[in-house]
Amino acid sequence: MDILYKIFLDPFVQMGTAPDLFVQTLWEGVVGGMLYALIALGFVLIFKASGVFNFAQGIMVVFAALTLVGLYNAGVPAFLALGLTIAVMFALAFAVERIVLRPLINQPDIILFMATFGLTYFLIGFGEFVFGGDPKVMITEQLYLPKGTITYKALGGVVSLQKLDIAAAVIASIMVAGLAVFFSKTRIGRALRAVADSHSAALSVGISLEQIWVIVWFAAGLVALVTGIMWGARSDVSFALDVIALKALPVLILGGLTSIPGAIVGGLIIGVGEKLWEFYWGPLIGGGTDSWFAFVLALVFLLFRPQGLFGERIIERV
Amino acid sequence: MRAAGGPDVAVGDVLLSVENVSLSFGGVRAVSDVSFDIRKGEIRAIIGPNGAGKTSMLNVINGFYQPQEGRITFKGQTRAKMRPHDAAYGGIARTFQNVALFRGMTALDNIMAGRTLKMHASFFWQLLRYGPALREEVEHREHVEEIIDFLKIQEIRRVPVGRLPYGLQKRVELGRALAMEPELLLLDEPMAGMNLEEKEDMSRFVLDVNDHYGTTIALIEHDMGVVMDLSDRVVVLDHGIKIADGTPDEVKRNQAVIGAYLGVAH
Amino acid sequence: MLYREAGQFKTNYATDQAIFPILQDRIGIIIILFIAFVVIPLTGNDFFINAIMTPFLIFSLAAIGLNLLTGYTGLLSLGTGAFMGVGAYACYKLTTVFPNVNIIIWVIASGFVSAAVGVVFGLPSLRIKGFYLAIATLAAQFFLEWCFIRIPWLYNYNVSAAIEVPQRELFGIIVTGPRATAGTRYVIVLTFVVIMTWMASNIVRGRIGRMWMAVRDMDIAAELMGIRLLPTKLLAFAVSSFYCGVAGALLVFLWYGGAESTVFSINESFTVLFMIIIGGLGSLLGSFLGSALIYILPIILRFVPPQLGLPLHAATVEHLTFMITGALIVFFLIVEPAGLARLWQIVKQKLRVWPFPY
Repeated sequence: MDILYKIFLDPFVQMGTAPDLFVQTLWEGVVGGMLYALIALGFVLIFKASGVFNFAQGIMVVFAALTLVGLYNAGVPAFLALGLTIAVMFALAFAVERIVLRPLINQPDIILFMATFGLTYFLIGFGEFVFGGDPKVMITEQLYLPKGTITYKALGGVVSLQKLDIAAAVIASIMVAGLAVFFSKTRIGRALRAVADSHSAALSVGISLEQIWVIVWFAAGLVALVTGIMWGARSDVSFALDVIALKALPVLILGGLTSIPGAIVGGLIIGVGEKLWEFYWGPLIGGGTDSWFAFVLALVFLLFRPQGLFGERIIERV
Repeated sequence: MRAAGGPDVAVGDVLLSVENVSLSFGGVRAVSDVSFDIRKGEIRAIIGPNGAGKTSMLNVINGFYQPQEGRITFKGQTRAKMRPHDAAYGGIARTFQNVALFRGMTALDNIMAGRTLKMHASFFWQLLRYGPALREEVEHREHVEEIIDFLKIQEIRRVPVGRLPYGLQKRVELGRALAMEPELLLLDEPMAGMNLEEKEDMSRFVLDVNDHYGTTIALIEHDMGVVMDLSDRVVVLDHGIKIADGTPDEVKRNQAVIGAYLGVAH
Repeated sequence: MLYREAGQFKTNYATDQAIFPILQDRIGIIIILFIAFVVIPLTGNDFFINAIMTPFLIFSLAAIGLNLLTGYTGLLSLGTGAFMGVGAYACYKLTTVFPNVNIIIWVIASGFVSAAVGVVFGLPSLRIKGFYLAIATLAAQFFLEWCFIRIPWLYNYNVSAAIEVPQRELFGIIVTGPRATAGTRYVIVLTFVVIMTWMASNIVRGRIGRMWMAVRDMDIAAELMGIRLLPTKLLAFAVSSFYCGVAGALLVFLWYGGAESTVFSINESFTVLFMIIIGGLGSLLGSFLGSALIYILPIILRFVPPQLGLPLHAATVEHLTFMITGALIVFFLIVEPAGLARLWQIVKQKLRVWPFPY
């Protein structure tokens, strides 16, 4: 009886009696979820346009952040460093397409997936080799990102929001909206969707696959850069971020692999769910549950709706 | 040559009967209210223009798709829901339009895989590959070698099937289906993509299977010559509806059939 | 010409389907076993045995486990590290609660514990496939890893959350714990690996191996042969986890001498996966080859360049290892997806016809 009370009643009671804490936790969850969603967005872009599941997206986020900070620390002014990093990400996209993707065009998806594992490991080693393994500080001031906190007295207590988090939420929303518009309204966006549907059909109407792929990987690289800056600003820039990238996978499960709004919704669900679970139920079982909650949630989801919230139903034809 | 379960069906009696079966995918009606039967020991052809619902019909018989309406009676027993695995144990085997061989395995292993439902040695003996497990392997290998001899594919036993030419792959697939010792064999376009010589070979095999093993055969085929030569009776589908049912001669002369294939002036 | 099989006829199916039907292979394996069981323990120095041979064998065993699941049955799993951990912690609990039972028995028993856990986490494979299943195995990995830290009962409430291997004996010889010799531990691991590899080979050549491969290649057609998908997949999870569990128990008890949860992290899972990708999916020999390459690579990088006058930082060695491993993965997937095992087959083929080119 006591246990049932602890599991099913007490947490909600806590939420009700300390609403400011609840809102605070909720907000942290939203911010975390937003950042997961940004990583997931990179996956969705590439998958949507080329059918490749790029496991290396996580490491690309780290790589982008490292390059930016590395350039700045080497003396390059902030915004120039930003521009150079974009160029580096473009070169990376190009190299990946040429060296890894092109030779594997007709292979089954699982092979491509595993190739991106290899790519990830390579970039981890390479990144550490070039930039060193110690954590670095993101150049938030130099990029004019806001610092400090806004504190509200509300709901019987105090709720404080980091300005940086608010900025992150705003930037992320703009980027998502921009990408959504890009995909549905512009010519290139349409071409990208065509390529995702069928390579051969796209080819037959004159769309250049290589061009599209480079554009897509570059876009993913940009997303990675923004994500890297946001993540790096909240915590240090280190290779632990790569583990964070694994968390994006449950987001994709929930949101579907091909849906941009899905990545957002999925990210928010995971982010909020994870934080609330850990804060209110975590203490009952020893804490630290955010290492697995997202995955278990995704697992449960997969059992009932394998295609995610927004993904397309797969009907197997014989 | 009997599979487990169900009473014996005498030659000439109805082995499988399809009654008022309808199947839809989402909004698309693949099969509408189709009824026909297959008699034991015969070769039954299912023909029709592309998209007529032939493969869907086979998939329903097989248990891959569950029809929204209608029922299937096999060996006197009406099935409510049948899964492919039940169909296999019931004695129904099948080949596919796009060869569905196990590409990572050799021809021999593919056909041996067809013997799976007859192999029962426990996991323990499998670990040691001794006693019952080893005896079973040898015993079933003998069966499989008979099939290999029958289909004349001895040289390619150890070749991974992915490397075989298309015609031989089809033959291996037939062998795999035969390994199940089926009562009813469903062949989905066994001659597709073959040249004249290969077709003659395959036709010979189909007839031999029917003669030698007594297997009832239902086949989907586009080549009219093959259909007329091989089959005892024919069912014609068009846009998911049955438009003719009878001997090859009867069907050949049927107006509706001619119209379906050549197109009717609207 | 060195490898000619001509003239070696088989007169019954049993010998035709034997594990090493070709005489040269039989001779080769006898030589290898002789070297492994006799030559190495007698002549190898402790470092070689302890830092290279023993872990190589243990990882080969884990690689076989994962290969059975991923290479033969086609179920991609990223939970290998966790399943190895289950074996290790199970063995620890069993032997600390019942210290008088032979440790070998507990190693085997911990394999069964791991198998049971594997089956539970394999249940989702009924409804999910491929890449999605891989994500589900990540749930297993992270959850179990969490358990290794947050369930103090597992490590006997030790303050540092680590387990330390108690001393155990076998026929009067000390086999675990700090006083066990490298040679003793090596021979035990070797025996486990040889027996379990033989059993794995029996399984994959028989009905079960064919069922697994059928499920991997075309599960729809497999169902049609009367192969029930869920029991087949669960059996794969069970056997695979058994192997990984035993490997984990051997890792801790006969090599490291202790462990904490970080030993069984997602990095282990990836390492073993890379071993079977490079070594060859669906090949037992490949599991050994891949394990050798991945395991020995950092050791080579640490010791060879100084000999050539290019001393490298420890950190650089690690970075290079990651880079080379990653590059090898991509290279193999592009050039030879069937891995080193296939390359070996090609070499044998060349040996068959040498000195002719084809």
